[in-house]
Amino acid sequence: MTSCVTVKEYQKSRINDAEMELSARKSEKFEQNFYLYREGAAGANGGKSGGGCGCN
Amino acid sequence: MKKICLSVGLLLSLMKFGYAQSSEKPAYEKRKLKVEEINLVSSYYQQDGNNSAVTGGIGSEKLTDLAQSFDLVLKTTDRRNRQHTLAFDFNIDHYTSASSDKIDPLTVSSASRSDTHVYPSISWNVHNDEKRTTKGMSFAYSTEYDYKSYGINLNWAKASADNNREVSLKAGAFFDTWTVILPAELRPDGYGSGAHGDTDPVDHKPRNSYNLSLSLSQVINKRLQLLFTVEPAVQQGLLSTPFHRIYFKDGSETVERLPGSRLKLPIGLRLHYFAGDRVILRTFYRYYIDDWGMQAHTINLEAPIKLTSFVSVSPFYRFSHQTAVRYFAPYGQHALTDRYFTSDYDISGFNSQFLGTGLRMAPPGGLFGIGHWQSIELRYGHYIRSTGMVANNITLLAKLK
Repeated sequence: MTSCVTVKEYQKSRINDAEMELSARKSEKFEQNFYLYREGAAGANGGKSGGGCGCN
Repeated sequence: MKKICLSVGLLLSLMKFGYAQSSEKPAYEKRKLKVEEINLVSSYYQQDGNNSAVTGGIGSEKLTDLAQSFDLVLKTTDRRNRQHTLAFDFNIDHYTSASSDKIDPLTVSSASRSDTHVYPSISWNVHNDEKRTTKGMSFAYSTEYDYKSYGINLNWAKASADNNREVSLKAGAFFDTWTVILPAELRPDGYGSGAHGDTDPVDHKPRNSYNLSLSLSQVINKRLQLLFTVEPAVQQGLLSTPFHRIYFKDGSETVERLPGSRLKLPIGLRLHYFAGDRVILRTFYRYYIDDWGMQAHTINLEAPIKLTSFVSVSPFYRFSHQTAVRYFAPYGQHALTDRYFTSDYDISGFNSQFLGTGLRMAPPGGLFGIGHWQSIELRYGHYIRSTGMVANNITLLAKLK
């Protein structure tokens, strides 16, 4: 892995691509919901980490 | 897109965030709150298995869930050039579950046979370009037959001068209430069923959750960036599900009992890499540990491939391994001397796999000639759990801008 380099705004065409966004996709919203109910582990993925539902 | 007129002055009167005076104030231009984005998400989920916790770890887990989400994002800029984002998120899902009839076989009153879950939220964020900070808050509400929840979240983020690094902090609390619906044969004399029209009383128990999240995002180079997140959570109150049955080795029966508190520590790392001109690798790993004895590893890989400038396919694969909580035992395996007990296979030890693909179309002139319809996404996944449970999920997303 390359170490960090300073990337200028004009060099961020790929970094700023919609698919590169550092979050779960909006279309994953309900998938993340069913993980909450069907699995014991939760959190650190942009979804809930506990609370707000009668799930694990 | 039709503009929604809302006085900027009203927004400012609600706002209590401090700010530094800019040495060069931009000329004030009255701006209206504008619709930035609308997302409509529909999803259908179906599962089947043979380890229902309602019947002590055996029996049908057949369940269907139809979910709808409407997500509206509004933006404006104030006289100090700060960007305000107001987001409304309305969600509703309707599910049917085969296990419900087993809560109360004589009446149709159960919490899970068929129910509608409604959970709206509203969030407000203020971004200051000059200070490179974002501050915000959100409120959430959730209601279903036997469960109510009120949530509040606060968030703060600051980016580096070159915008290649950002640190963010979030803190949240959920104040939830269970309606304690017990299996029919385990209700004390005079205890209600929880059904509409039943005047006998039922208990209500709290469940409160407190979450903290610390994230660091970093641009590594022109093609690679990462996000590291630590998100501890504490839950207190009724953490067991009141209508889950337990069968002991001697054949006697009771309801699930779990400790009154749980401390969770998930740590996540997300790495996104743009390979060549058409392929993006989205990877995610999470390690999870809690004080009930569960540890879990989750890895998620997704590779969006740009077939053309406006069509992409995204095959994905997710693998998760979790160990059982120390209070778990299958049907008929708990000892009478156990202090806590559950036969809920969702918190047992298993491996799960979820694989599928997404298809996204975002033509430059909008979909079907509708300029504001920016994109459409269809996503299907098949879920397999080593306990024998299988599930399918299909999602359709329409984005308007």
